[in-house]
Amino acid sequence: MEKKIGCYICSGCGIGEALDVDALVKIATKEQKLPLVKKHEFLCGPEGVELIRNDMSTSGVNAVLLAACSPRVKVDEFRLGTSLLDRVNLREQAVWSLEVKEGDDTAEEDRQMMAEDNLRMGCVKIKKMNPPEPFQDPSFSKDILVVGGGMAGMTTALEIAETGYKAILVEQSGQLGGMVARMHKVSPSKPPYQHLQENPVAALAAKVEGHANIVVHKNATIAKTIGAPGLFDVSIQNGGHVSQVRVGSIVVATGFTPYDASKLDHLGQGTSPDVITSLEFEEMAKAGQIVRKSDGKPAKRVAFSLCAGSRDKNHLEYCSAACCTYSLKQALYVKEQYADASTYILYQEIRTPGQMEDFYRKVQDEGGIFIKGDIQKVAVGTAGGLSVQVNDKLLRSSETLAVDLLVLATGMKPNVDTVDPNNPSPVGVAAGAEVKHVLNLEYRQGPSLPELKWGFPDSHFICFPYETRRTGIYTAGPARRPMGIAASMTDATGAALKAIQAVESVARGAAVHPRAGDLSYPSFRQEGCTQCKRCTEECPFGAINEDAKGNPLFNPTRCRRCGTCMGACPQKIISFANYSVDMIGAMLKEVEIPEEDAEKPRILIFACENDSYPALDAMAREGGKISPYVRIIPLRCLGSMNLVWIADAMSTGFDGVLLMGCRHGEDYQCHNVRGSALAEIRLSKVSETLNRLQLESDRVKMVEINIMDSHKLPGIINSFVAEIQKLPANPYKEF
Amino acid sequence: MSEKIKEYTFYPGCSSEKKASAANMENSMHAMCHMLGIKLNEIDDWNCCSASIGYAGGGELPRLAMTARNFALAQQQQGNKDLVATCAACWLALRETEERMEESTQVKADLATALKAADLKYDGGLKIRHMVEVLIEDIGWEALKAKVKKPLTGVKIAGYVGCQTNRPFSIAGDNFENPQYLDRMIETVGATAVPYDKKVACCGGALAFSELDKVTPLIRDILQSAVDNGADLIVTPCPVCQLNVEVYQDKVNKTFGTHFNIPVVYYSQLFVLAWGGSWTEAALNQQVISAEAVLKKFAS
Amino acid sequence: MAYDLSFARDVYKHSEMGHWIKMCMQCGVCAGSCPLGPHWEHSPRQLFQLVRAGKKEEVLKSSSMWMCTSCYNCIVRCPRHLPITHIVHGLARYASEQGMVDPKQPTHRFAKEIFWKNITATGRVAEMLLTMRLYFADGLAQGIKNGLEMQAQALGMLKTGRLMPLPFRSKIKGYAGFRAMLDKAQELEAKHKESKA
Repeated sequence: MEKKIGCYICSGCGIGEALDVDALVKIATKEQKLPLVKKHEFLCGPEGVELIRNDMSTSGVNAVLLAACSPRVKVDEFRLGTSLLDRVNLREQAVWSLEVKEGDDTAEEDRQMMAEDNLRMGCVKIKKMNPPEPFQDPSFSKDILVVGGGMAGMTTALEIAETGYKAILVEQSGQLGGMVARMHKVSPSKPPYQHLQENPVAALAAKVEGHANIVVHKNATIAKTIGAPGLFDVSIQNGGHVSQVRVGSIVVATGFTPYDASKLDHLGQGTSPDVITSLEFEEMAKAGQIVRKSDGKPAKRVAFSLCAGSRDKNHLEYCSAACCTYSLKQALYVKEQYADASTYILYQEIRTPGQMEDFYRKVQDEGGIFIKGDIQKVAVGTAGGLSVQVNDKLLRSSETLAVDLLVLATGMKPNVDTVDPNNPSPVGVAAGAEVKHVLNLEYRQGPSLPELKWGFPDSHFICFPYETRRTGIYTAGPARRPMGIAASMTDATGAALKAIQAVESVARGAAVHPRAGDLSYPSFRQEGCTQCKRCTEECPFGAINEDAKGNPLFNPTRCRRCGTCMGACPQKIISFANYSVDMIGAMLKEVEIPEEDAEKPRILIFACENDSYPALDAMAREGGKISPYVRIIPLRCLGSMNLVWIADAMSTGFDGVLLMGCRHGEDYQCHNVRGSALAEIRLSKVSETLNRLQLESDRVKMVEINIMDSHKLPGIINSFVAEIQKLPANPYKEF
Repeated sequence: MSEKIKEYTFYPGCSSEKKASAANMENSMHAMCHMLGIKLNEIDDWNCCSASIGYAGGGELPRLAMTARNFALAQQQQGNKDLVATCAACWLALRETEERMEESTQVKADLATALKAADLKYDGGLKIRHMVEVLIEDIGWEALKAKVKKPLTGVKIAGYVGCQTNRPFSIAGDNFENPQYLDRMIETVGATAVPYDKKVACCGGALAFSELDKVTPLIRDILQSAVDNGADLIVTPCPVCQLNVEVYQDKVNKTFGTHFNIPVVYYSQLFVLAWGGSWTEAALNQQVISAEAVLKKFAS
Repeated sequence: MAYDLSFARDVYKHSEMGHWIKMCMQCGVCAGSCPLGPHWEHSPRQLFQLVRAGKKEEVLKSSSMWMCTSCYNCIVRCPRHLPITHIVHGLARYASEQGMVDPKQPTHRFAKEIFWKNITATGRVAEMLLTMRLYFADGLAQGIKNGLEMQAQALGMLKTGRLMPLPFRSKIKGYAGFRAMLDKAQELEAKHKESKA
């Protein structure tokens, strides 16, 4: 079907007063030769929208260019039923962001020039835009695999099943329940958050095993996982038998392994049988008798050492989040058994978030004694039991306790294999020993999930908590980050919903996140490929495999549509129907570059549309003012920035280029995890390009922008413009 | 327009006796109440509330019993009229006793037994009020303002709330860290409330008796902060605050080489003056540090 | 051995509001809120931890409880809603009952030997008597010195009619009943202590 573009220019919200709208109409009509151009004083109102809809139904308009406000506002009003829609930002950028004093002709002229350039870029963009065709495969599955049959896994499976989807639950041991099955009781999950609760495993396991929508595989592991969301083919190994299932998405809920107490000599491990771990204490309480292991006498005086091997550079560097609460619970076991019990909690900080504060109070009220300090020495006591010397930080002295048992509250190590993307040697489960792979992914990037830190899988820690960097594969419970039972169950529910969203989105051919609903995906012009492998290496999500020759083999349903592959490709063979190297290149070339002697520099800004672009909008709303010399092009992610655009901008006559992307590295905020980091790496090579053009490398700069940084933007942008103005004008303006 | 006389049972406390340290408070309170049409019916034969330091000699029950006796006498003589106190420590003791009787049936029963030994009984149900609460809640800000005949225009006053009218019970639900009622009273009489950071600081309380050297710096800090912020005058609702901050200025000056000489008065004295009362009615003749330079011009 | 809980359990039972000590989470807001901060040996939170650690001597001999001005700042700020002022008063009295307080402790001497006797002797405070007893607590010579030091203050009060010049006062009318009531209250308190022990 032939594309017919309708262009609509709004003069509302002060646009008409600030800009010469007729001149804009003329540019769209005469210069850009759009077939239908109209202006309207209130385009987002019912009449304005009706005007467009009418043209679409009667005049054959099927592609719409709106020159009005930011594309981030009035989204519902302008949902016009066509995927060929682009919006030129006049209001926020060319009106609100500029300082124009009454009667200042030069400033008015600059403002008009910005509006006209924005319109030109929009015209080019809509002309280059094609409708995306969603990816479809008749063999998509909507079933969901859950790995791990503990509290998190069982809850995930149950939530999936109750929602009407089919869950396949794979448990490595012979019974469901995981770590919690070994516990005596659990901490409170309901008001008044003060009383121990019965172990929930048996009831939950019965529900899971009896559910029509859940298939349980016990004594089973995953031998191999191949494919992509909607099309995962999983080999489930049960002894010598291997069965195959196709699933749409996967939730990993493999839990944790307690930190190895044999490494905790400094806390008395090995001194006496009366130094035990929390898990051993659980099992002792479950068996019924809390006694000294050394001589079987009643253990009425019990000390609990929190952070045993946690928050410790030599052991686990992090807080395991659940140890405080489960140790409080265990202190009550002692009280439950002996009315005259003395329990001592040796702590660094008590971390009992939320309602667990009430539980903490309960244990205090029961007479539990809390001592802030470190264990200095543990010895066998003169009358049996133990003598524990503590550096008591509250009393500022060294104190010695006589106890019957010392319980080491060991932390959690995730039961999932991860790999540091920058240092691809596997970590996680049994680091240093043989790696046990949970999923055995057959991905070009290896069998493990990318690591964030300390062996935990990477996701996007602010926006997308359950997703891993393998699309359609989610984590829940302590495999994701350390947490207790209640948090694991909440986590499991969240992951279940994300897994369902994944199978449904895949079925529609749409992205899950962060570009939820996006139907576009990249296509590869294979004949142009030089097998450089940059796309396969750089895709943050492992969406691209390789054939034997090194050609990319793209998996559309693994793709998050960030365009990092497009930015990486030196041959420009990767493009989306509605987003391409050629499109952005053509847009920037459409900007009118004033003559050198006009002393009106032009600065190109590539702004990440996740954080930087909203921050620019916010700046405009808040009254921040920026130089009229900048021209802003939003990018899906700075990872999609292709270096050729820098060369294009310089040869077109732009005096400088500013890249605005999300924070990268430690505590990154890039929605596509690695996009802005990769842009910076590419940029380090840009000086080469600039040198080739005999230009100063200062002309290109990258800055990290957070969505909250609106107030900083005028300073950042205007000082960059000022720096550029100190340089001579770009000599390529002449050409 | 006929205003109905409002009647309350009144517990003055020891410092409000004739020729006691807060006689100026007592005298101005009576003048103020008279001008408002409030009748204070003093409990006959009341006893000490045991104050803040009674705990060293008296256990919980004997201390509470002392207040329970006052409750019993009040009820016997005046029925269940609201019981009003003007002294911070007295009010606090009344409130605390009421609270502990409510919290513990054992305490309540024990107090009944102890009262019985004095042939008294208390049936509960008395509402305990501070005089400031009576002014705010029963009279109201507008009425307090309407009575002003001689606005204390131009006088800059540091409202010194101190501790025990503020904590732990607070007046009419005001804020512990920055209570507003006293500043509002200052504005009501037409003066200017000076913001300063020692509004709720402690003057040392009863420790002025036993640990004066430790308390003097506290008094100095209060005075310094008020003076630094331009106050001509300090006003307070509390007899201990008034006493410590007024009477020990001399001691502060000797200890720290300062030259404080700032009058410290009660809110009741300001009201009486602004409503057209005389110098003596306002008991301003009973100040150790005279307020003449600041206030005399407003006296009728 | 530290943290033997028998002393703590005694305090929980026998010291007024002592059971609240269990609930302290050692945040130190009380310490930062106390006007006599520079003068105590132990902040409230430290006293509470010492109780829990079984440091009986250190607690009961501490001068800290006697530094309370009853300003109630700790009470209103305590995030755990402990009645800290009352707990501290309770510990002070508990120390006094155990005979552990230094006889020279000025607040203890004033509060117990002078103030309480003063108010229970007649039913009301006799301010002049209170002042004189205080000045002369360390003997005649010190009393005269104290009196001279405070002469300006006393004279000011006398001149403005805020101090009764006579060092005595008469009893309240119902003194006999008042006394009987106090005795009964004391008797009940002693009985409760016995039954709890």
